[in-house]
Amino acid sequence: MNTFVQAMLFQAGYNVALVTIGAILLGVAAGSAGTFLFLRKRALVSDAIAHATLPGVGIAFIIMTWLGGDGRSILGLLCGSAITALVGLIIIEWIPRRTRLPEDAAIGSVLGVFFGAGIVLLTVIQTMSSGRQAGLESFLLGSTAGMLFEDAVVIAIGGFLSILGIWIARRPLTIVAFDKDYAISMGYDIRKIDLLMMGLVLGVTVIGMKLVGLILIVAMLIIPAVTARFWSNRTDEVVIIAGFLGGLSGYMGAILSASAPSLPTGPIIVLIAILLFIVSLFLAPNRGVFSIFMQYRKTKSNIHRRQGLLTIAKGKDVVSPFTKKLLLNEGLQGLDGLTSKGKELITKIHIDENRWIAAKEIYPDKDMSKNYGIKFIEEILTMDELTNLDQYIKSQKFKSRSYDY
Amino acid sequence: MSSMSDNTNTSKITPPNSALEIQGLTVSYGDKTAIFSVDANFPKASMSAIIGPNGAGKSTLLKSVIGVQPKLSGQINIFGNPIKNNLKKIAYVPQRVSVDWDFPTNVMDVVQMGLYRQVGLLGRMRGKQTSIAMECLDRVGMADLWQQQIGQLSGGQQQRVFLARALAQDAEIYLLDEPFSGVDAATERAIIDVLKSLKSKNKSVIAVHHDLATVRDYFDYVLMINIKNIAEGLINETFTNENLQSTYGGKLELAHAEELSVSIDRTTT
Amino acid sequence: MITEFIQFSLTPILIGILAGISCAIPGNFLILKSQALIGDAISHVVLPGIVVAFIFTGVISTIPMLLGAAGAAIVAVLLIEIIKRLGKIEPGAAMGVVFTGMFAFGVLILEQTDTSKVHLDVEHALMGNLESLIWLKAEGWESLFDRDALSTLPDELFRITLVCGLILFLTLIFWRWLKIVTFDEEYAKTIGIRSSLISFSLVIITAIAAVAAFESVGSIIVIAMFICPPAAARLMTNKLSTQVIWSIFFATLSAIFGYIIAGYGPHWFGGENAVSAAGMIAVFSGIILMLTCLYGPYRESVGQKKV
Repeated sequence: MNTFVQAMLFQAGYNVALVTIGAILLGVAAGSAGTFLFLRKRALVSDAIAHATLPGVGIAFIIMTWLGGDGRSILGLLCGSAITALVGLIIIEWIPRRTRLPEDAAIGSVLGVFFGAGIVLLTVIQTMSSGRQAGLESFLLGSTAGMLFEDAVVIAIGGFLSILGIWIARRPLTIVAFDKDYAISMGYDIRKIDLLMMGLVLGVTVIGMKLVGLILIVAMLIIPAVTARFWSNRTDEVVIIAGFLGGLSGYMGAILSASAPSLPTGPIIVLIAILLFIVSLFLAPNRGVFSIFMQYRKTKSNIHRRQGLLTIAKGKDVVSPFTKKLLLNEGLQGLDGLTSKGKELITKIHIDENRWIAAKEIYPDKDMSKNYGIKFIEEILTMDELTNLDQYIKSQKFKSRSYDY
Repeated sequence: MSSMSDNTNTSKITPPNSALEIQGLTVSYGDKTAIFSVDANFPKASMSAIIGPNGAGKSTLLKSVIGVQPKLSGQINIFGNPIKNNLKKIAYVPQRVSVDWDFPTNVMDVVQMGLYRQVGLLGRMRGKQTSIAMECLDRVGMADLWQQQIGQLSGGQQQRVFLARALAQDAEIYLLDEPFSGVDAATERAIIDVLKSLKSKNKSVIAVHHDLATVRDYFDYVLMINIKNIAEGLINETFTNENLQSTYGGKLELAHAEELSVSIDRTTT
Repeated sequence: MITEFIQFSLTPILIGILAGISCAIPGNFLILKSQALIGDAISHVVLPGIVVAFIFTGVISTIPMLLGAAGAAIVAVLLIEIIKRLGKIEPGAAMGVVFTGMFAFGVLILEQTDTSKVHLDVEHALMGNLESLIWLKAEGWESLFDRDALSTLPDELFRITLVCGLILFLTLIFWRWLKIVTFDEEYAKTIGIRSSLISFSLVIITAIAAVAAFESVGSIIVIAMFICPPAAARLMTNKLSTQVIWSIFFATLSAIFGYIIAGYGPHWFGGENAVSAAGMIAVFSGIILMLTCLYGPYRESVGQKKV
């Protein structure tokens, strides 16, 4: 526990502090860059990019060894992986544009084929004299043991640069993610902006690979973005929340794994992100499962209540057993017809019905009808609008009155 | 003043003359109402239109009838019996844009899908089935194109293929979702001829329709909805300017309304 | 020379072909239903499946491993469906959340076990181990009729044959339903076909194919077989049945040439050691796809896509 507190306060040694900072920066960068990808419905492009880095790692290792250098130089490996990931990205963009194949088929084929090529190269490296202890497997599952100082520096600087890049490009990225057609009408070149977005994702992937591994970096790009979506409907807010959640996962993961050596950094970061996701999935206001369920029950009752009362008011019989039970339980209907409470409510509903009809005439452009039957119109209109509406109903101009009260 | 639905002709249709009866049908998408407590009673052996502005719930109504869209409440009867177990009496023609026209298949294949229920999972498509499919294609004027790749068809031809597929089902009630949307004039003519021939064979046709100018020429009966019932009944009595105003509200553009009222005046006088 | 081929290459090539076909057939329908990446998601959760199976049984043997992988695949499919519906999240993102989360869980558990054999198994599950599925008892073509020799064929061959046969059988039986549900799911419902059941069964079949194939060709390379052969086949024809046949042909071609190039290719360039056969098969399927993208007779879209 002591190490945990120390790690929490960046006091557990220079290396741990640097890894923690790196993980936070990477989390923020991945969370926010991933949001644009997610909002453009291309979350799994990141999976293809990640897998497409593997052959690059292999090629870079082989070339660096041939040239007589150290095959494990992280900068060299990252450059190699960025190049093949870029090639993969270009193919993903090219296939659906030039053939009838959909984008998901392009993503899947690039992913499978590039990964296959990477595995082929890894088997080549294993037979090279210098390749036996190359440790390239860590790119698959992430560095599970301690990270080299050099790696941590690269991750921290790279994470910072990625965040800077996202900050600079935030406006066009947000507009395209929010509304593609609007962005086109504003003169943005969608294709270029999409490539820019995927380029940023590529950068984050390449940097994060050494820390969490090429499969789990996908998690850091997707999960915080999906989680953040539960908390806001505004693009810019989602980006910020996702960055925060990513950073939080990175920080928690890094300090947990520093305090308990058997907990590998990558999976812990991802599992914390998953935990945040599960909590949000169920408990987020408005979009969470719990809230939606309560909303659904309320909507269902509102609709049945109104429908039932209107049917009774017309002198017809209510058929639905659910409606019958609801009206009885709420004391709106007794054994011998409507109760006084029910009659009161039906008058209110009749007033509301007339208001809806009138509202359609005087506010034709207001998109309200989606709430009809669920809410009373007074819950939607402002005070002034409502007064205006009632004056209209009383006037001679309103001819479509359909209920007396 | 009385409730609006009292000026409809619902009461005139008694079960022997009723093809499709809907009572208190409500559908919501999450917390948004799609249709609220819609009643309708479409007569047998006639052509009925469902009209209303965009987002009025016309397609939702059809989808809910055939069980593709779950309903929140409501009852649906066909020929006086609950729709469950009677679904085979209905043939549905979806909107043209609802499928991938790049799918690797041809015209004949699609029309034969209408016969799947008849031949079962493993039954062979024999000469008889092929000739039924050919006949249906012939009725929509597409017999020459039976081998055509579906992606190579024009919008109107695609709509005709969908209609031929429904004809192959040999149903009692035909539900069509905007059959004339984005089709050429020749196709519109061809489709309406087929639908009228169905009516003459005592079949019932119910279509979601968006072109107000042709409602009077094509249909006998109309259901006007905008989330809820506005009016329902025989065209001559129901398709009035007043009801149109209540259905479309301010959304019915003035120019359009004038043009319409001219056409209404022309046909009623 | 022939004996050597039968001993060292015949069974791996056969297994590669059968694994490829098992994945390629459901792949045709998945691509047309815009669900191509479900194979990707399933392949990734094989790792946690194996690891959990080891934790539960404490032994490393094939059957628990297969059951663990199959269980994980089904859990993943259900979770994806639940998250998609409950959270109203688009399918790609739901898949991404589920498979990466499960993968992270698998890696975490894996790191807690010291048994190096499990690590080795995980590596095999990821990368494949086709080359080791040899038939030493074989002495020539006549061994194909020798009961003793036949009994030493690797078990993997029997399992993948069974699965491949099952998939072919089910595809033929349910052809009509698969076709209509893939083309027009809503319409299929109106003529009394249980569309959602068919769609779900397709995903389960995909999971079975992935699990059966991963133990020999490796789980992640399975993705290439799910997508590349059917995608290439899509560009060769405009008829669904012909497309499925092309995909079987391409899968076979990839397995044969991929294996041979991996095994003998390095020698042609003066190398001494063979490279990963499973990897090479994936690469070869990618080359076929690239060629069809450039020259396939039906590479261009003819009809408008679904809106």
